[in-house]
Amino acid sequence: MKDISRLLIALTLIAAGAGLILSLVEGVTREPIKEQRRIQMLKALSAVLPEFDNSPDSDTVVLENGVDAKGNPVQVIFYRGRKGDELTGTAFKVVAPDGYSGNIEVMVGVKPDETLQAIEILAHAETPGLGSKITEPWFKDLFKSKGLDNADWRVKKDGGEFDQITGATISPRAIVGAIKKGLTFYREHKQEIVSQGAAQ
Amino acid sequence: MNLIQEFSKGIWKENAVFKLLLGMCPVLAVTTSAENGLGMGLATTFVLVCSNIVVALLRKLIPSKVRIPAFIIVIATFVTVVQLSMEAWVYGLYQALGIFIPLIVVNCLILGRAEAFASKNPVLRSVFDGLGMGLGFTLALFILGSVREIFGSGAILGFNLFGTGYQPMLLMILPPGAFITLGLLLAAMNKYEAR
Repeated sequence: MKDISRLLIALTLIAAGAGLILSLVEGVTREPIKEQRRIQMLKALSAVLPEFDNSPDSDTVVLENGVDAKGNPVQVIFYRGRKGDELTGTAFKVVAPDGYSGNIEVMVGVKPDETLQAIEILAHAETPGLGSKITEPWFKDLFKSKGLDNADWRVKKDGGEFDQITGATISPRAIVGAIKKGLTFYREHKQEIVSQGAAQ
Repeated sequence: MNLIQEFSKGIWKENAVFKLLLGMCPVLAVTTSAENGLGMGLATTFVLVCSNIVVALLRKLIPSKVRIPAFIIVIATFVTVVQLSMEAWVYGLYQALGIFIPLIVVNCLILGRAEAFASKNPVLRSVFDGLGMGLGFTLALFILGSVREIFGSGAILGFNLFGTGYQPMLLMILPPGAFITLGLLLAAMNKYEAR
């Protein structure tokens, strides 16, 4: 018994020390990490939105779009860019679950006329050198000014108009599909997205 | 054995990657570029030195029956410290290394040094041992990453080497390239040693 209590005390003390150190480090890094995430978010927003002079990351509308595999509602956050009082564009994140390896997260910017301003790949784990070409400017530019009405939302291999990448059809196909879904959702809820007051 | 020897054995004679073949998961997975290899190596070195210090300090207090869980707690703590710091201050590297940062916990090099060296030696010797082993590991990752980046992307540390006409050897930055490069490097070293 005595032996066991010694082991317990030793392990408990070590774990408590570890907890103390971790809480200190977490406290120091909390603000910089928050700031980093905000910078990344703003960078993505400025890449996909037309000119704006407000801070779109605080002018948002949150809508629910179906449920995920666990039955929890999926939230979509719409970031609104304004110049003066006029809405110049809306940005939101679409997730393509059917990439070659893992989810592809794409930030898309939509102009008020429902066509795309630009897209930006936020996160992906596609094969380096093949699927990873989705991050190259020529691919992202394919989507400029495309909307539900003026484009056939399939890759060329499937009879559509978007160039696939040689050796990697799956990644572009996933992105094209996800953006189409995103644009459809935007159209269905456009009224709420455009007119709702800023959620604080 | 003096401190200098403690340090230098990790660089060459007992190099974790080239001689002991320890920690193969990060060695093969993150060395797609020289920068990633360097970042992973330095992160591992930091964790290794810190865990060696703490383990050497506590070596008489930790009962031998629970030493492995105690070592793992120490190592996991420092890995989390590294992960949080990277996310706060070197975000680009944090994104590039991704899942492999938390996996430093299970790098058998670190637990191996805690068990085989730091738990039996005083603090200063353990620091030199950790530094040597860590930098040896970093060197190996850097060499592997450089070779793979030069052939696979035609660049080194992001600087383009061969101009736009170069058709990169894609295989080298895919997983097979890691095995091929490591195998050839090991063969070259064995040949050199055998002379």
